[in-house]
Amino acid sequence: MKKMLLSLTALLPMLILSGCNMVVFEPQGPVARSITELINWSLIWMLLVVVVVFGLFGYIVWKYREKPENKDYEPPEEHGSTLLEIIWTGIPILIVIALTIPTVKTLYALEEAPKGYEEKEPITIHVTSADWKWIFSYPEEGIETVNYVNIPEDTPVLFKMTSASTMQSFWVPALGGQKYTMPKMETELYLVADNPGSYEGQNTNFNGRGYADMKFEVLAQTQEDFDQWVEDVKDTAPKLTEKEYVGLLKPTHLGRLTYSNTHLEWVNHADPDSKAYTNPELYRGHGYQGKTFEEDDNYKNEKPNVIEGHGEDKGHDDNEENHGGDHHGH
Amino acid sequence: MGIKWDEFFITGDPLILGSQIAILLTMIGAVAGITYLKKWKYLWTEWLTTVDHKKIGIMYIISAVLMFFRGGMDGLLMKAQTSRPEMEFLNSQHYNEIFTTHGVIMILFMAMPFLIGLMNVVIPLQIGARDVAFPQLNALSFWLFFSGAMLFNISFVIGGSPDAGWTSYFPLAGKEFSPGIGNNYYAVALQIAGIGTLMTGINFIVTILKMRTKGMTLMKMPMFTWTTFVTSILIVAAFPIFTVALALMTFDRLYGTHFFTVSGGGMDMLWANLFWLWGHPEVYIVALPAFGIFSEVIATFSRKSLFGYKSMVFSILGIALLSMVVWVHHFYTMGSGPAVNSFFSITTMAIAIPTGVKMFNWLFTMRKGRIKITSAMLWALAFVPCFVIGGVTGVMLAMGAADYQYHNTLFLVAHFHYVLIPGVVFAVFAGLYYWWPKMFGFMLNEKLGKWHFWLFVIGFNVTFMPMFFLGLNGAVRRAYTYSAESGFAPLFMLSAIGSIVLAAGFAVFCYNIYWSIRYADRNISSDPWDARTLEWSTASPVQFYNFAKLPEVKSLDPFWHMKKKNEGLTLHDSEIEEIHMPSNSWLPIYMGVIFGIAGFFLVFEWHIAAAVAGIGIFAGLIIRSFDYNEGFHVSKEEIHRIENAWRKTEGEVHDHVS
Repeated sequence: MKKMLLSLTALLPMLILSGCNMVVFEPQGPVARSITELINWSLIWMLLVVVVVFGLFGYIVWKYREKPENKDYEPPEEHGSTLLEIIWTGIPILIVIALTIPTVKTLYALEEAPKGYEEKEPITIHVTSADWKWIFSYPEEGIETVNYVNIPEDTPVLFKMTSASTMQSFWVPALGGQKYTMPKMETELYLVADNPGSYEGQNTNFNGRGYADMKFEVLAQTQEDFDQWVEDVKDTAPKLTEKEYVGLLKPTHLGRLTYSNTHLEWVNHADPDSKAYTNPELYRGHGYQGKTFEEDDNYKNEKPNVIEGHGEDKGHDDNEENHGGDHHGH
Repeated sequence: MGIKWDEFFITGDPLILGSQIAILLTMIGAVAGITYLKKWKYLWTEWLTTVDHKKIGIMYIISAVLMFFRGGMDGLLMKAQTSRPEMEFLNSQHYNEIFTTHGVIMILFMAMPFLIGLMNVVIPLQIGARDVAFPQLNALSFWLFFSGAMLFNISFVIGGSPDAGWTSYFPLAGKEFSPGIGNNYYAVALQIAGIGTLMTGINFIVTILKMRTKGMTLMKMPMFTWTTFVTSILIVAAFPIFTVALALMTFDRLYGTHFFTVSGGGMDMLWANLFWLWGHPEVYIVALPAFGIFSEVIATFSRKSLFGYKSMVFSILGIALLSMVVWVHHFYTMGSGPAVNSFFSITTMAIAIPTGVKMFNWLFTMRKGRIKITSAMLWALAFVPCFVIGGVTGVMLAMGAADYQYHNTLFLVAHFHYVLIPGVVFAVFAGLYYWWPKMFGFMLNEKLGKWHFWLFVIGFNVTFMPMFFLGLNGAVRRAYTYSAESGFAPLFMLSAIGSIVLAAGFAVFCYNIYWSIRYADRNISSDPWDARTLEWSTASPVQFYNFAKLPEVKSLDPFWHMKKKNEGLTLHDSEIEEIHMPSNSWLPIYMGVIFGIAGFFLVFEWHIAAAVAGIGIFAGLIIRSFDYNEGFHVSKEEIHRIENAWRKTEGEVHDHVS
């Protein structure tokens, strides 16, 4: 045991050195800061637990270890102690309460624009994750970017997130916590950047071969720079066509792309009745290949977007209203 | 049927080619060796058809050690690949397959059988029974587990490994994104093994409820029996959920249904919920028996009865109950809303309370004791600080809002390795060193045991401690590589070095088994540790009928008090009666084989062949229902002879038969 503790202490300085600049402890915005504060609060309590238990453990093992002198010592019959057991049930309950209150508060706070920014009109950016790239659509500005997203500083940004493929997770650790993106679902996340700067974002939810490189840049700019950038994009960037968009969704790595319109014009993957943009044949790797299945709601299908057995005799305009709830109870 | 032979074997990777050759040579070697030594008949009658819980337990443990090797190799390959930034040792596909098989094998084919193996060996002995309630079912459980494990293990050389992570999240694991058959292996092999586990759960519930010896009330059961009992209930509660989830997965992948798919109105979140509804209790299914092992080991080597027995029992029940209502903490980030996340944060943190009670009870069991630091006890001691680190980081992860920053990072990976390795692996090592003499009649070498311990524990800490810090710095799990600019390189390197030390510890363990089999002293007492529970009141290795005379229990730690009061240790001729024992059966291994074959066909989507093999399964069921074999009786003379052989040795606490 001594040896183990020694080896641990030897590791400690190195770990602390590398811990000095850990991204989770260097929040760059109010959302991330609120989480860091919660983490720091929990660390204090956890450290207390570790110190008490390690101390007690070391003391007991050292004091009562078998030695040549105490070979004749016969330990007493002892079955427990109600008082002690109440103490070590009660104290953990208090610690859990001390951790629960700020946790619940933070959980609720994170669902809204951060405190102090309620006044400011948030900008909305749609996030669409695909294999293996991030697509950002600015519906108000009418522009779209791939693998990078520019945001104005000090402005709450509401990310409305969905996925065109598998379940993925949108994470910009410097600015805040993560949330999943899921096909035919929409999740929301608020982030704010204090200052202009570049922050790395990435997918954390494993999604196949290209997962490790599925990163993007969040560039926080001053409001003027941001507005200028939007204008430039509108003036110079090409238009995204539906055909080109289908190409984007194929499982590839892409660099940065910029467009002066958004794909929301023809599809929002958050819509439960949107078409499925799946291409099983593009995922074939080594090994034995199984049967794949043709689906009616695949984007390649010319037929209108109806799910078998429903809505055949209705126009597809009201299809979404009438039948959205049938298949998707969320 | 259109078999695509060119896709059948995995080709083009030197590592896999090497494994294929090694597997082939090992198989030829094993067959040749057994034939040369003329051991086929012995193997068949003594092991493959046995219904003896002790032998089944040993087969579980052997399988678990083999699977530990396989899963460990996977782990080492991962560590090698991430030891430096932008390494090109494994490509991403290969890495994905390896972390998937690592996870599945370590949890389902290493931790589970290791614990079930120890449960099999020990539980009937601890409760003073002659076997489990359903011996043949027990053998079937083993063979189904073994069949599932083997089916899963061949995936990397035949057909392709599953590559969607051990959680196998949809839609990734569906045909839309994984058209290869790899994930069919996951669906089918785990289903087969899962049936076996479910039967084990049922078997142990009945065994513990109905077969305790005279006087052993529920509150006089040893702690390992208690934890096994509660674990079995958890198995019966949780495994059917997994059975259903896997069946739906099979339908989705094989027959084009839409439970979890993107298209056709499937819902991927349903899989995550079903998986963790089973997956979280599963964590406690492996942790609880481990807690039981520590309780036995700590009490024995402190020479004291367990502190706070009642509160231990209630905390196990509390943990078991809570473990069913915490599953959402695996995906706080799914956006279920603050109310849901708050609820699950609270239930999850609440688990820390009964766990803390257990921790303090163990510490106070040692207080005022006389702690003998044997190899078994060392594992129990190291468990305390290591598991506390796993526990406190668990509480940190339980805090929903904070989890948004930890989720899917190496912080999480470090946490669950800090829970599962001290909580399960340390426990099975402690259990193995502790019960080894009971199983085999000789001890594992203590000196090698200490080498094993120190290398393993230091290696473990060096491997996983850096991952906490990597995670907090933004390193995500399951990424096959990282950039040089990330700054992760030094800690990843440290972690890789740790894994080599860890592996060295495991190698010493294997060498210890080899050394002890060859050279250990066979002339040991049946109670070498001066232990407290009933399994030590009979011979080592245990005679096939366990007890010539079923012991009578008057208190906790019955054997300790029997020794102190010197009662019930001897056996009189008049007390010997004929013993009724179950006969061996070929059916369990037959079912294992036929399930394996049917499963294999199903994996390759050869439906007609699978259906034909399925007839074999029904044939087995029908044969079993016409099985009128009532077992056999052991004669008084034979019992007399066997009892004399072990009781009449020097230093034996049990006086010989008079």
